Amino acid sequence: MVDRYLEDGVIEGRLDSDLYEQNFADAHPPLDPHEALVAADRCYFCYDAPCVTACPTAIDIPKFIRQISTGNLEGSARTIFDQNILGGMCARVCPTETLCEQACVRETAEGQPVQIGLLQRHATDHAMKNNLQFYDPAEDTGKTIAVIGAGPAGLACAHRLAMKGHKVVIHDANPKAGGLNEYGIATYKSVDQFAQHEVDYVTAIGGISIVNDSRLGDNLTIDGLLDEHHAVFLGIGLGGVNALGAETDSDDISVNAVDFIAELRQAEDFAKVAVGRRVMVIGGGMTAIDVGTQARLLGAQDVTIAYRRGRDNMNASSAEQDQSSAKGVNIRHWMQPVEVTKSGSGSLNVKMEFTTLSEGKLTGTGKFETVEVDQLFTAIGQTLAAGEAIGSIAVEHGRIRVDETFRTSNPSVWAGGDCVAGGDDLTVTAVAQGRDAAEAIHAALVT
Amino acid sequence: MADLRHNFVGIKSPNPFWLASAPPTDKEYNVVRAFKAGWGGAVWKTLGLDPHIVNVGGPRYGAIWGADRRLLGLNNIELITDRPLDVNLQEIKSVKKAWPDRALVTSLMVPCEEPCWEGILRQVEDTECDGVELNFGCPHGMSERGMGAAVGQVPEYIEMVTRWCKDKTRMPVIVKLTPNITDVRYPARAAKAGGADAVSLINTISSIISVDLDQFAPEPTIDGKGTHGGYCGPAVKPIALNMVASIARDAETAGLPISGIGGVTTWRDAAEFLTLGAENVQVCTAAMTYGFKIIEELVEGLEQWMDNAGHPDLDSIHGRALPNVTEWQYLNLNYTAKARIDQDSCIKCGRCHIACEDTSHQAITNMVDGERRFEVIDEECVGCNLCVNVCPVESCITMERLPAGDLDKRTGKDVSPDYGNWTMHPNNPMRDAAE
Ligand SMILES: Cc1cc2nc3c(=O)[nH]c(=O)nc-3n(C[C@H](O)[C@H](O)[C@H](O)COP(=O)(O)OP(=O)(O)OC[C@H]3O[C@@H](n4cnc5c(N)ncnc54)[C@H](O)[C@@H]3O)c2cc1C
Ligand SMILES: Cc1cc2nc3c(=O)[nH]c(=O)nc-3n(C[C@H](O)[C@H](O)[C@H](O)COP(=O)(O)O)c2cc1C
Ligand code: SF4
Ligand code: SF4
Ligand code: SF4
Repeated sequence: MVDRYLEDGVIEGRLDSDLYEQNFADAHPPLDPHEALVAADRCYFCYDAPCVTACPTAIDIPKFIRQISTGNLEGSARTIFDQNILGGMCARVCPTETLCEQACVRETAEGQPVQIGLLQRHATDHAMKNNLQFYDPAEDTGKTIAVIGAGPAGLACAHRLAMKGHKVVIHDANPKAGGLNEYGIATYKSVDQFAQHEVDYVTAIGGISIVNDSRLGDNLTIDGLLDEHHAVFLGIGLGGVNALGAETDSDDISVNAVDFIAELRQAEDFAKVAVGRRVMVIGGGMTAIDVGTQARLLGAQDVTIAYRRGRDNMNASSAEQDQSSAKGVNIRHWMQPVEVTKSGSGSLNVKMEFTTLSEGKLTGTGKFETVEVDQLFTAIGQTLAAGEAIGSIAVEHGRIRVDETFRTSNPSVWAGGDCVAGGDDLTVTAVAQGRDAAEAIHAALVT
Repeated sequence: MADLRHNFVGIKSPNPFWLASAPPTDKEYNVVRAFKAGWGGAVWKTLGLDPHIVNVGGPRYGAIWGADRRLLGLNNIELITDRPLDVNLQEIKSVKKAWPDRALVTSLMVPCEEPCWEGILRQVEDTECDGVELNFGCPHGMSERGMGAAVGQVPEYIEMVTRWCKDKTRMPVIVKLTPNITDVRYPARAAKAGGADAVSLINTISSIISVDLDQFAPEPTIDGKGTHGGYCGPAVKPIALNMVASIARDAETAGLPISGIGGVTTWRDAAEFLTLGAENVQVCTAAMTYGFKIIEELVEGLEQWMDNAGHPDLDSIHGRALPNVTEWQYLNLNYTAKARIDQDSCIKCGRCHIACEDTSHQAITNMVDGERRFEVIDEECVGCNLCVNVCPVESCITMERLPAGDLDKRTGKDVSPDYGNWTMHPNNPMRDAAE
């Protein structure tokens, strides 16, 4: 099949079939029990531990690690889930190198943090594999809450509400629950249908029903929902994409990276996902890194991520950048596309202008380079796509405005996750906000 | 290069590292391997009368470990040799013949009757080994039969059996002491009174190492039951060091040669035993954990340290720490130290703070001007050293002596330049009348 590898154009099956499995295997394989003990032993059980402060969900990290070291994996998992019911997914997808592990005092001491993420996975895997459920719903409050969006924010909110004794109905526009856990996270971070297992694990508490293929804005309105429910929580993420700021001669010249990743995540057979030989990705965030890396793993021979600023400005952490480079992705800085044209053979000519900072502002240099590619991905940020669906709810900086209790301008509607202003577009932050919004909803409904 | 040649009660060996009487010295095959590896001597696994005892057919050992399975303490329910006396004696003879420059001592444990000792001593003399060690220490299995620790716990028996042996043999007699007593000086004095050439200590400490929580039975578990065993390895070293020092400092046993045993794992452990009055050391658990090759590190490490520090031979380090071992009431109570935190090496884990805050003297901050920062509060610090012990960064916290004349902010008094101990202290109701 080597000839397919070298073929121009956007085609399927660039690799030998067994290579796909290898390429998309677990990126960070789990610790075995002995490795976990050794890793746990490195934790100093800090006072007022900086890692806890750095975790958006404030998991009691020294405690759960100490529980691992004493052989109490159940207790350890419970400590994690008490703060973060999606602790299993977070253990896989959190950029720990910029969160808990960056703050770890052993990172300060020797540049080798305690492997908090992997230890968290060790404990949560144990609980989830054995379906150990730690929470029962409180006595029924008689209240029902509609949650829109079954992503991390919605699921965390629903679970906390169920714990408090409320009934929850989740509506999600997609055929499967999980949000970007199911459709967005890089394949090798969440293998073996983990996102669906996690949805089942979280909803097993009872009192939560999920309605799929049900979109706010189609048959559902906020007002309609509030007629039936005591409150609404919006965890709708960001559905839209920013437009490519380059001149193009047709609309479908570039591929939205998020859509491509969703297709890949849902693919039954990776060999059936078509990818170019020469691929360019425009962007500098986690999505750009993920689409570039996965294009390589699908067999693209030559993948370039082009970012208009420097390495340190990239939203993707340096660890993510390094992992991507290690897979053979070429990350180029200080260049932006200005014109894209289609050649007769179907390939794309991307005219790039080199950029620089002038008086703190990004400007073009007037120097250009044209790159011929088969496939062009845009990963230049997502926008709130809800538009009219959220009615009169106030928006700021393109996202839903909330107060410190995650209440929107409509006092019966709360919101959290990527769709609200002021977050950092991380799974763990969505979980924290969903959880805290649930506490606020509970406080508002029962007092 | 430092001279490690060693003479213990007339028994010569090329270095002061002997293997203790235990599985590593159970038979010719092991001892020859040890000598090939470079061990200075060996005390043969304890011999008894025929019919020889039998060991359990299940697990004999238990252990405690660090997280990476570093063995910290070992426990055993093994007995003395489980091979016929004749076989052992022949092998001892053959090893001694092949290795004349190594120390070979035979350990013995027979019932507390004079003819028993007389008989076995005569047989041991035939092997031409260098001496005997009387095993008064084994805490399990044998003591229930009136041997081992059962003898070692009764000073009168020690003296009596030692005297029998000294009467019956020309060989040097080393008495091995059990730590399972209240004050180890009594058995040591009894050994000396009986004419012992030397004492060796410690044997293992009575222990239950762990409990199987499914079977509700002590480990190692034999068919659902367990029993107490003997504890040894790195964890017992502090106990052994104290016992060695207290015998070395005791006026009644002063000058009695001591073979130090208990937890010796590195050259540093050995050096500590030697400076506290042991003339040589014996090793069991470290060899059982890592094999005989550790002798290379033991010998080379000791030599290197002696060379670097300018100690030419073992005599020049023997007992050197003893003059500085004293009783609590003679410590200088005017000595004042405060903890100091090196902010550059502090990694802000907060362990010093919480240890001091929760369990000691509330003398370490956790916030200064709204920043996470750990500083010693001199007004509260009693200089206890707990923070130093719990700090994960070596040398990050140090105890600094306050010079005489400086104000101790805790007491509000200047540090006295004089020496003043408890016997002179005004709070001591029994202080010396002269003061
Ligand atoms: C490619 C990619 C990779 C990423 N990798 C990481 C990573 O490695 N680590 C990390 O921490 N974060 C990562 N993120 C970010 C992370 O996935 C998000 O921050 C997180 O999923 C946000 O959760 P959420 O619940 O707010 O929104 P989402 O996960 O987006 O979920 C929103 C849900 O709402 C539903 N919905 C939307 N509109 C409607 C509507 N009108 N009616 C009904 N339902 C609706 C959607 O179908 C979806 O299920 C990545 C994001 C992307 C795009
Ligand atoms: C399995 C085992 C068997 C032992 N058997 C004997 C013995 O037969 N005779 C004896 O005097 N001491 C015996 N000992 C005690 C050792 O000689 C030694 O005194 C003790 O283990 C402390 O030294 P260590 O910490 O270096 O192991 C035995 C120890 C172990 C671990
Ligand atoms: S949830 Fe994420 S940030 Fe928090 S402790 Fe776990 S891995 Fe670290
Ligand atoms: S900062 Fe590191 S060492 Fe300290 S508690 Fe957290 S994980 Fe443990
Ligand atoms: S224990 Fe040591 S490293 Fe930790 S805060 Fe205290 S001084 Fe700093």
